[in-house]
Amino acid sequence: MTNEELKTGITELQPSVVFDEAIDANGWLTANVESTAWLGFAEQLRNRPELQFNFLFCATCVDWKTHLTMVYHLRSTIHKHELVVKAKLDRTNPEIETVSGIWRGAEFLEREVFELFGVKFLNHPDLRLLILPDGWEGKKPLLKDFEDPINMIRL
Amino acid sequence: MFEEVGTTTEGDLIINVGPQHPATHGVLHLVITLNGETIKNIEPHLGYIHRSIEKMCESLTYRQFIYVTSRMDYLSAHINNHACAMCVEKGLQLEVPPRAQVIRVLMDELTRIASHELWWGAMAMDLGAFTPFFHAFRERETINDIMEETCGARLTMNYMVPGGVMHDLHPNFQRRVKEFIQLYKRKIHEYDEMVTGNIIFQNRMKGVGYLSPEDILSYGCTGPVARGSGVSSDVRKLYPYEIYDKLEFDEVLETGCDSFARYMIRIREMQQSIRIIEQLIDNIPDGDFQAKTKAVLKLPKGEFYSKAETARGELGVYIVSEGGTTPYRIKFRSPGFSNLSALNKMATGGKIGDLIAAMGTLDLVIPDIDR
Amino acid sequence: MWSLSSIAASIDQWLNANMSPTWALIVEMVIAGVAVIGLFAVLGLVLVIMERKVSAWIQIRLGPNRVGPKGMFQSLADTLKLLVKEGMTPGGADKLLFNVAPFVAMIVAMLLLAPIAFAKDFQLWDLNIGILYISAVSSISVISILMAGWASNNKYSLLGAMRSGAQIVSYELSAGLAILAIVVLTGSLRVSDIINAQADGWWIFKGHIPVIISFIVFIIAVTAETNRAPFDMAEAESELTAGFHTEYSGMKFALFFLAEYVNVFIVCAVGATLFLGGWMPFHIGNWEAFNHVMDYIPSSVWFFGKTFFLIFVIMWFRWTFPRLRIDQLLNLEWKYLLPISMFNLLLVTLIAIMGWHF
Repeated sequence: MTNEELKTGITELQPSVVFDEAIDANGWLTANVESTAWLGFAEQLRNRPELQFNFLFCATCVDWKTHLTMVYHLRSTIHKHELVVKAKLDRTNPEIETVSGIWRGAEFLEREVFELFGVKFLNHPDLRLLILPDGWEGKKPLLKDFEDPINMIRL
Repeated sequence: MFEEVGTTTEGDLIINVGPQHPATHGVLHLVITLNGETIKNIEPHLGYIHRSIEKMCESLTYRQFIYVTSRMDYLSAHINNHACAMCVEKGLQLEVPPRAQVIRVLMDELTRIASHELWWGAMAMDLGAFTPFFHAFRERETINDIMEETCGARLTMNYMVPGGVMHDLHPNFQRRVKEFIQLYKRKIHEYDEMVTGNIIFQNRMKGVGYLSPEDILSYGCTGPVARGSGVSSDVRKLYPYEIYDKLEFDEVLETGCDSFARYMIRIREMQQSIRIIEQLIDNIPDGDFQAKTKAVLKLPKGEFYSKAETARGELGVYIVSEGGTTPYRIKFRSPGFSNLSALNKMATGGKIGDLIAAMGTLDLVIPDIDR
Repeated sequence: MWSLSSIAASIDQWLNANMSPTWALIVEMVIAGVAVIGLFAVLGLVLVIMERKVSAWIQIRLGPNRVGPKGMFQSLADTLKLLVKEGMTPGGADKLLFNVAPFVAMIVAMLLLAPIAFAKDFQLWDLNIGILYISAVSSISVISILMAGWASNNKYSLLGAMRSGAQIVSYELSAGLAILAIVVLTGSLRVSDIINAQADGWWIFKGHIPVIISFIVFIIAVTAETNRAPFDMAEAESELTAGFHTEYSGMKFALFFLAEYVNVFIVCAVGATLFLGGWMPFHIGNWEAFNHVMDYIPSSVWFFGKTFFLIFVIMWFRWTFPRLRIDQLLNLEWKYLLPISMFNLLLVTLIAIMGWHF
């Protein structure tokens, strides 16, 4: 499906979705959704027959100093189209619904985002440190204001 | 220190496999709940080799960060560098000259063969056959020698730059690669005789580590793991980059969904890589090996994503740029990370021997997962 | 040419001429004891270096070649290293069982050296139930493995010991049935009778099909009994470190290590005795001239040649095949080898009764 068809299809399902005007270098459409509406939107993206985004291949977070943004990259292996979904999060208390019930791979990806950025994923089956060693709970190293005089080196 | 996930009943044994492993996977720590010999739950504990490459790259320039990434999946070092260079080129909208494209594809395919050779040797060793390791390393050493002559290093071959390759091929390169192809074709039947056709080996691998196609898509597995269950996921075919769309090679698919199918895919992928190298080695075009770029690279404001097919699966590089000389945020979508999340599903219900066979076919390289 | 029995006979004559009969007996017993311990040690050293050289040859490399000419003294270096290592007992281990286990393994190995005939008229103890004695005493080695696994206070050791115990106990059945085939053909359990019955040809040639089947079953069963690859799940290095002897270090580990190699020697010696004629040279029926020529080679050379050939075959298995999983291993025994051996026993009995062997 082309980007135009995707736009119309998605707007029918979730009118509150805002699309970025700029198309990125890969030709992917970027959809911005409210963090509270993410779970319902994700289910429809997965299950609607004309969309069927069954492959979540990247889920990460970007720290813009005033807010956090969750970025999900989705692909449909059946229709062969891709979509980028972004959700803005409050920096002081970032919370969003987990999608590990829809795409099982999200379990590990969300754990990583939790430990590096501090985003709480509601209803996640097992939210704890994955890559960081013990003792780094709550340190959130990938935030831009993380300071660690011992371990950080600035070139 | 770990918390117990899931319920453990009376009589369950919790043992650790790793982090120091006799098998050559790297520092992976698995906490396994056993009932007798049957596995009930596997929980990977990662992070033993976490170097926070993503945060490090935020203070390195666009030329510098590429060389940190060859330490991520060190068995496909060229392909990692290639994916990063492609992402930067996408941002700069840079055109890579044809000679550089051909050289990059040649190096990628040689790296893929070397990585699969090591995987084959280590997989056989995990299962108890110690001799194939030496045969695999004989081929891998030949490739390493070729790389050393051209790139200067045998493992982390920092050779790709945004715009092309760092320096031109060594004059001996063509001759040595042709000799290697002849050597490989003579020896490939040994692999079948020693390992693939061995009935003990087939009994250890068939029916072990079953992953259905739905699970593959749900967990986000790519590479030979996905192709073993019939899910077509070769980046070189679906989203061709460089000159892959002009080359003739097959995407190897198997429908077995078990460890033996994944094993056969890697063996056949080596043969497809040889096919690609044969098509290219006599037809390297003349010209520049590097496009002209400024000394200091600045990507425009925006987000860029590029993917490449490493020996393990799809490596994605996601750069968020604010217009400066260093990236604002980099995320590496590593194939091993998603493949590992499927391990619990694959191996529960089997025996410890099955876990070893299944984990071997996932071909995990832990620095790739921990970054 | 020279023979070991003539050396023994001349020692006996000299002792009896110079001392009273009781003293001569005591001195002979001491010499025999020292010779057995010496053989145990030398065999251990030789087999360790043989394993490393054979594995290197199969893997297209050189193996140890620094210590001594062509690396022949490597075992001495290994033994010295093991002697000076610190022997640690894990905390919480059952001290008595932990310390006794390696000695039980060694004692079993030494006891089994008694009824084996190394050369013509050169056997420590030719008892009338020689083969039964060998089969029974080798079963005691399971006890040492279970003791070691339990007393180590370590989950891996326990898992390894349990696997190993199940494996050894199962494969003894097939090994015993294979041995029975030869006993049925010979009609006696005495080792010297079995060897003398092969004076006109080894059983593997005389007994044709059922004995060849027995031989193959025997080789597979003893590879499993001594925990050698492809049946070494109990000590699978890639999976569970070192199985039941994980916690042993220094001299105690050396004892387990040596006991394993001497066990391999013993089972190959038993196989050579039963199927390949022991010290009996290669005779063909009534071809007198040929048999005389064959007799020139000393019987001890024949015996050690056959035994080391079988040891080479067992080592060859280790470096060629991958490992079987524990349930596949037990499957192989209970569903395939045992029925085949039982059927084979019937076949051999039929052949022995009807006289359809050579």
